[in-house]
Amino acid sequence: MSLSKLTTYQLAELYQKNTLTQKDLLADLSSAIQSKDRDKRQIRAYVNFDSMQPRHRKADKGSKLWGVPVAVKDNICVEGEETTCGSKILKGFISPYNATVIEKLLNAGAIIYGRTNQDEFAFGSSCETSCYGPTRNPRDPQRVPGGSSGGSAACVADHTAIASLGSDTGGSIRQPASFCGVVGMKPTYGRVSRYGLIAFASSLDQIGPITKDVKDNALLLQAIAGYDPKDSTSANLPVPDYLNFLGKDIKGMKVGIPKEYIQSGLNADVKNSLDHAVKILESLGAKSQQISLPHTSHAVNVYYIVAPSEASSNLARFDGVRFGFRDKSAPSLLEMYENTRGQGFGAEVKRRIILGTYSLSSGYYDAYYLKAMKVRTKIKNDFDEAFKKVDVILTPTTPSAAFRLGEKTTNPLEMYLSDIFTISANLAGIPAISLPGGLAPDTQLPLGLQLLGRPFEEGQLYQIAYAFEQATDFHKKLGNVS
Amino acid sequence: MSSIDLKHIARLSRLHLTEQELKFFETQVAQILSFVDKLKEVNVEGVEPTSHPLSLSNVFRDDEGKPSIPIEEFLKNAPRARGRFFEVPKIIEDKSR
Repeated sequence: MSLSKLTTYQLAELYQKNTLTQKDLLADLSSAIQSKDRDKRQIRAYVNFDSMQPRHRKADKGSKLWGVPVAVKDNICVEGEETTCGSKILKGFISPYNATVIEKLLNAGAIIYGRTNQDEFAFGSSCETSCYGPTRNPRDPQRVPGGSSGGSAACVADHTAIASLGSDTGGSIRQPASFCGVVGMKPTYGRVSRYGLIAFASSLDQIGPITKDVKDNALLLQAIAGYDPKDSTSANLPVPDYLNFLGKDIKGMKVGIPKEYIQSGLNADVKNSLDHAVKILESLGAKSQQISLPHTSHAVNVYYIVAPSEASSNLARFDGVRFGFRDKSAPSLLEMYENTRGQGFGAEVKRRIILGTYSLSSGYYDAYYLKAMKVRTKIKNDFDEAFKKVDVILTPTTPSAAFRLGEKTTNPLEMYLSDIFTISANLAGIPAISLPGGLAPDTQLPLGLQLLGRPFEEGQLYQIAYAFEQATDFHKKLGNVS
Repeated sequence: MSSIDLKHIARLSRLHLTEQELKFFETQVAQILSFVDKLKEVNVEGVEPTSHPLSLSNVFRDDEGKPSIPIEEFLKNAPRARGRFFEVPKIIEDKSR
């Protein structure tokens, strides 16, 4: 069997028994990535697999991630590597330092290899806006892998990576995990350091793991979580041992189903997989109840003011002065700025910079940005109220299975609505995990389930996700684990 | 909703847009703005804004110098550099705006 189909804990066993070497594993992954079959399907999860030398450090062989290759999204800085956020404007930028998550993975013995494709600056839900061209969904190459961490989800689903890191601002880990049939966690805001993550929207961004199953996800988060003095928004709180939550029974756990999510118009397959999940969880002893998140319907509206506003400010640094692309023919400084940005950014990035600048501009700030921040408070309060009644909230991850390439590129609004179920978690800062919850009967495409929890209660999400995974076999049906 | 002065916003954003892009964005941005305009329906009287999910105030550290990455390292990424500086087109006599 192909080594690339194994999970991190299966690899650890082989390493312990001395029946596997890092070299063999990397060779296996490399040939998987370069295989003719994958070339034909044009999955293209990686932006430049050939040019990146795997990086690792001496570490204790007992470490849980020892010798585990982890692929990383192109917006996470790796020292000495080109890091471009899928954008022409950062072409040629060689990061002079490692992101904190990279340092932590290297210290835990992991091998950093391969940068994965993404929507440009993580603005998108389909992985189609990258300057390197689109990534395709390994479950059906005519379809998108989701975005923005499309490459990170596709490589795990396609067995060209053991595990990967993505980033999630409005669903960018969970939506592609759902579309590709793998497990993706967006941790609580502040759980994982953002140092070295190229910023999109600083009050929403979090780095998180994408893996073949729940146990791998817990192992990866364990390695990257924790306080970092280099990120003043990282939370100075102890990190529990997530493995302790796996296998704990979920008897009596209260699961809330928001009635606003299941109202009219929900896709029948998605609804069925949600109902099925409720039944499974109840059979395991959990209690389900309907709850209300009354401001849910405003989440996307709030997001498309807050996220572009923060992005327009964060992306001001890409001006051609210090790194990346510059229009060297511009005669004046002002034209250099304008032309560099005009030529360096793609359409979606420009659209969001315009939106954000408008929302923040004089005369509109109160009506847009300030208003959005106030509605954000109401969305957050909805969750606070809900978590007084229930322990976790269960929803579909996405309103449909993976859509076709090009299907939503001409209508940005329609694209934005594909994140309708994931955005609230970022606005409220709470943790949320997506895991395989079923297959659409006609297309056999994966459908994801989302579990949302109280701040810093990732352990509880792993507990219930693991119980569900063990009681079903979607992750096995999808071929994630053997 | 009033139409937006896209050229003005592009200038504030230091973003050159072609005539075609201006036309293209005009409709799309208007569509998106009328979508987010639905927030007007929400009553937020007496509600404090949330700029951040954590209730953080200022985070301080001791005022101690620490080593950082040498300037030469950073300048390797500069499109143009001279000595210890980033080089840009002449600024002082720029009368273009």
